[in-house]
Amino acid sequence: MGIKHFFSRKKSREIAKDRLKILLISDRVNCSPEMMEMIKNDIAKVISKYMKIDTQTMEIQISKTGNKGHEGKTPMLYANIPILDIHGK
Amino acid sequence: MSEVIVVTSGKGGVGKTTTSANVGTGLAAMGKKVVLIDADIGLRNLDVVMGLENRIVYNLVDVVENKCRIKQALIRDKRHPSLYLMPSAQTKDKTAVTPEQMVKMINQLRESFDYIILDCPAGIEQGFKNAIAGADRALVVTTPEVSAIRDADRIIGLLEANEFKQIDLIINRLRQDMVRRGEMMSSSDVVDILSIPLIGIVPDDENVVIATNQGEPLVGNNTLAGKAYQNICYRVVGKETPFIEFDKGISFWTRVSGIFHKN
Repeated sequence: MGIKHFFSRKKSREIAKDRLKILLISDRVNCSPEMMEMIKNDIAKVISKYMKIDTQTMEIQISKTGNKGHEGKTPMLYANIPILDIHGK
Repeated sequence: MSEVIVVTSGKGGVGKTTTSANVGTGLAAMGKKVVLIDADIGLRNLDVVMGLENRIVYNLVDVVENKCRIKQALIRDKRHPSLYLMPSAQTKDKTAVTPEQMVKMINQLRESFDYIILDCPAGIEQGFKNAIAGADRALVVTTPEVSAIRDADRIIGLLEANEFKQIDLIINRLRQDMVRRGEMMSSSDVVDILSIPLIGIVPDDENVVIATNQGEPLVGNNTLAGKAYQNICYRVVGKETPFIEFDKGISFWTRVSGIFHKN
């Protein structure tokens, strides 16, 4: 194992957490990764009408919020969309 | 008032039966009247973990089919005067019992016991539905592994859909050394993901295998797992109990080297 590899390697604990977060999202809302991809592409298309965004690194996620409301846990859709140029294309 | 607790996990092999046996035995040792019900019809195991396999005459299916009275099927544990086991049938399958029959049997048992503990089978089909039908609260057992956590999440969703008011989490087979190296999810990682209250952390302990070999639950003895199960029993009855620090006994140098392994 090279020294560079030693520092850059992601521990399996983190890998497991990341994988579970994504996996449980689709399990919980009963929505496939393909459908998530389609939602992501549609969001990208709409936003792209108004500003230049980085579609390669954008992320969308559905997660259960930690705090329980009076109607239990509400799923939330988060979108992380890096804007490359806010003044349009 | 009696309380009916189902021990469930979704995934098989994470320690439902061991947990049921130890929690049941621990509660009985605290003087509670306890009946353990093996709800895994066709694959009975709680009897061997409890070391009571040679004393079975009638079973749960015989009871629901009215082939015997409840009392005839109950096996009394000689080690704890207030502990009883309702064994499952080995030759029938899950369809031999309906949720309505389970509820009826449990309601009869409520009259004479403080705690009724159901060892749920793996899966989410008929056997699971039977096991949760008459329960008031649930203990969800998981290990810090991706597959077990995924199944636990599914089970929690189903329990919530069935309007369970109290669902608590037990994290089983935690290896603190691996957590320290960053190669296993920690208990707080698991709680973050599943977001239900934590009621117990059981370390990975070879004494569990030894205890199962002997048919003798280890709750309350001086092993790490025995103490962890004892603490779960205290929390089940509502007694606030701090979580054990499993790091105790680890040398100074291991701790120091642990610092360098942290990211």
